[in-house]
Amino acid sequence: MKSKDFGYQAIPPRHIDYDKNDRTLFYFLRRREPSISICFSCGSCSATCPANENTPFSFYRIMLYIRRGEKLQIAREINKCMLCGKCRLVCPKGVNTRNVILITRDFLNSGGQ
Amino acid sequence: MEQTGKKAIWQEYQKEIAEDKYYYARSCIRQNFFPGSEHAFLNILRNNLKKDLHDDAKHTTCTGIGYHSDVVPMETTMTVVARNFSLMTEAGYQNYIPSCITSFGLYTEIIETWKHFPETLEKTRDFLFKATKRTFDLPNNLAHTSDIIYKFRHEIAAMAKYKLVDVHTGRPLRIVDHIGCHYSKMFPEKGVGGAEYPYVLAGMVEAWGGETIDYPERRHCCGFGFRQYLVKANRSYSLSASRKKFESMQPYEPDFIITNCPGCPYFMDRWQYVIAETEHKVYGAGGKAIPVLTYEEMAGLVLGYNPWDLGLQMHQVPIEPLLEKMRIAYNPAEKYLGVNGKDLGKPVIPELFKYQDE
Repeated sequence: MKSKDFGYQAIPPRHIDYDKNDRTLFYFLRRREPSISICFSCGSCSATCPANENTPFSFYRIMLYIRRGEKLQIAREINKCMLCGKCRLVCPKGVNTRNVILITRDFLNSGGQ
Repeated sequence: MEQTGKKAIWQEYQKEIAEDKYYYARSCIRQNFFPGSEHAFLNILRNNLKKDLHDDAKHTTCTGIGYHSDVVPMETTMTVVARNFSLMTEAGYQNYIPSCITSFGLYTEIIETWKHFPETLEKTRDFLFKATKRTFDLPNNLAHTSDIIYKFRHEIAAMAKYKLVDVHTGRPLRIVDHIGCHYSKMFPEKGVGGAEYPYVLAGMVEAWGGETIDYPERRHCCGFGFRQYLVKANRSYSLSASRKKFESMQPYEPDFIITNCPGCPYFMDRWQYVIAETEHKVYGAGGKAIPVLTYEEMAGLVLGYNPWDLGLQMHQVPIEPLLEKMRIAYNPAEKYLGVNGKDLGKPVIPELFKYQDE
């Protein structure tokens, strides 16, 4: 069936839908790097991040996307990290942030399974 | 008896609605979108409820669409509204009932403005007199026409020929009520049930045997939003808002949607067509679209009016599945005949909207 073109179309919804979002990565990370469970979103990681100086990249936001299961946004952002590890140094809870980034990259590169 | 608890609180959500002697103000766009609805309202009030109602050919637009689109200044709007009130005064009426939700919101806004800023009222009186030599009284009671049908819902139920029930299974019809934003969100205390629990349509549904569906996006805007639609480049916003509602209500398998605003039935009806044509998707049960009715059309069906006299052929979504459920007699051959029997012409019907008798 051919679609008609009216010159406008519906915008995909931008609300966070936990029924549709895929949180596999979050559960996978929790098994491989349990320290992510104690992150309390203070934002110290983003405050010290050199990539965050000049770009909107933020580890804090990556964690938010991981928790929500927003995989598209994670894939768009994850390679901006330079793995300098400053975030790990300042994290008051001792979250292994570099490992979170590395596991996430592996997860996405292996097709997200 | 003094009421306490929930009943006492609920009293705060009620409004005063006049009993009789109404000055009727038509809507600009409803007469084009669903012209049978206003006609049905006049018939129900005059013939079924025996009320005195003045349908005045001399009144004009309230300027609502122009006002909300930023093309008509407030002073002009107030003067035009003052002229309409002057016509009401001249006709000897005091209860003003606009058919349009935006008009209702605008009249309420203007009356409230005049209450808080009497000098603005005086200025408007001056403008009107200079322009037309007219004077006016403020209405004693301002109610939307859906308030009137709500007020007499039990009387209508007593006269009803049909109930909002699927006669094949005996279950009440599942109905989505959609309240116009300008009815309950601008001045919540001026609508039945306020902004939190608008009851004006749900009350009709319950009185006539149906069941209202409470779904997550129940209070979301239909998407009309004036500038969202008037500017073609913005229409995606309008379409997306309606789609959000359809997706939210879909799991509850509604039998139909009722509305009390001019824009809502139009957009919820037409956007289903656009989504069917662009995304090949429908939201009703059994692969059908969801019929969208005005409250007058619903009242007319319950009272046994001919569906084609109510103008139900003007809807994009076929209404026949609903008529079958309620076992309302209709003649398919008369669907596209006008009131004088003249052939209106059959529209092109998209594949997904085709009904078995088409």
